[in-house]
Amino acid sequence: MNDDARRASEQQSVDDDVGEDKRLDGNAAAGILSEVFVPEVTTARATCANCGTIRALGALLVYAHGMGMVMRCPSCDAVVLRVAHTRTRLWLDATGARLIVMAGATTPSAA
Amino acid sequence: MVQALRPAQAASSGTPVPVPARTTAIAWRLATVVDVLTETPRARTLVLDVPGWPGHRAGQHVDVRLTAEDGYQTQRSYSIASAPQNARVALTIDRLDDGEVSPYLTDVLSGGDRLELRGPIGGYFVWDVALGGPLLLVAGGSGIVPLMAMLRHRAVALETADVGAQHNVPARLLYSSRRWDDVIYRGELARLAQDDETLEVALTFTRESPQGWAGFRRRIDRMMLAEVAWPPSERPCVFVCGPTPLVEAAAAALVELGHDPALVKTERFGPTGASA
Repeated sequence: MNDDARRASEQQSVDDDVGEDKRLDGNAAAGILSEVFVPEVTTARATCANCGTIRALGALLVYAHGMGMVMRCPSCDAVVLRVAHTRTRLWLDATGARLIVMAGATTPSAA
Repeated sequence: MVQALRPAQAASSGTPVPVPARTTAIAWRLATVVDVLTETPRARTLVLDVPGWPGHRAGQHVDVRLTAEDGYQTQRSYSIASAPQNARVALTIDRLDDGEVSPYLTDVLSGGDRLELRGPIGGYFVWDVALGGPLLLVAGGSGIVPLMAMLRHRAVALETADVGAQHNVPARLLYSSRRWDDVIYRGELARLAQDDETLEVALTFTRESPQGWAGFRRRIDRMMLAEVAWPPSERPCVFVCGPTPLVEAAAAALVELGHDPALVKTERFGPTGASA
């Protein structure tokens, strides 16, 4: 399946499961993303791999499922991030994010 | 199912997900219900004592996790209603009649019960007086909760500030409810607005307005926002929270009116009032 077909198929399944009126904001994914990223990530800026728009993760559209979240670009609707739990694993698909820039993690001083 | 759900007594059941060591982990904590306040026929506030609570910013939320005896877990996000200046954490929860979690939280939990939560979460939909104003808040239904944390924070912060500071952060709230009885924090909002000439509160009713009501009686629309909001040239910080259709309609109208999309922050609850 090429990218466009995969995107179309994901779009279809998202629309079937979670209607447009059920979408949420990136803020809603902050809890599960805190299991992946050390710094607070909703203020991190992601570049959409599809259209190049740069947004705060908190400004992406979130479609919540039982197991996790799909985060889409509000400009072109492409999937930017997917994060989900299975019983013993945490899954992160970031192929839709060309770049994510976040505040530096606080690290213990070198001294 | 709802009756079978109980907060886990241990950190978690089942196999823990292995995650690398973190310096800023958002830990799951066991909170104790100190008080349950009735806000409206459907909404209750849980006042929680959370040992080790690191403090929060107005607008942040917590994830609440319930675990059934068979290990089944389910999780929801709820906005924090209390001001950061309060040591105790208050969550105001709207009961969804067909909800899996909210009826347990609003109708079953009582003083002394324990609840598993992690937080505070989210750094995007937050405001404090240091960010300045004007502050425009637009709420639908229980979308008032994180905005109330901002107003409570603002009131406490301004009590100790000089008059000049107060005029730097004027605030306006536009709050849509179905009917009078559904207005969460009604008395407190009236008191706050009465005590503070730099705070204006406008209510609108979509189903049924009180007798003699002279205010708005329709869904939030562009004309209403134009009337209530500061002009875009004032560059207000805007926070919109409520059911998804309301949030999207209000945010789109604000952008049409000329507000900078980067200053319009949204938090959608989904169509039913539950956040996530």
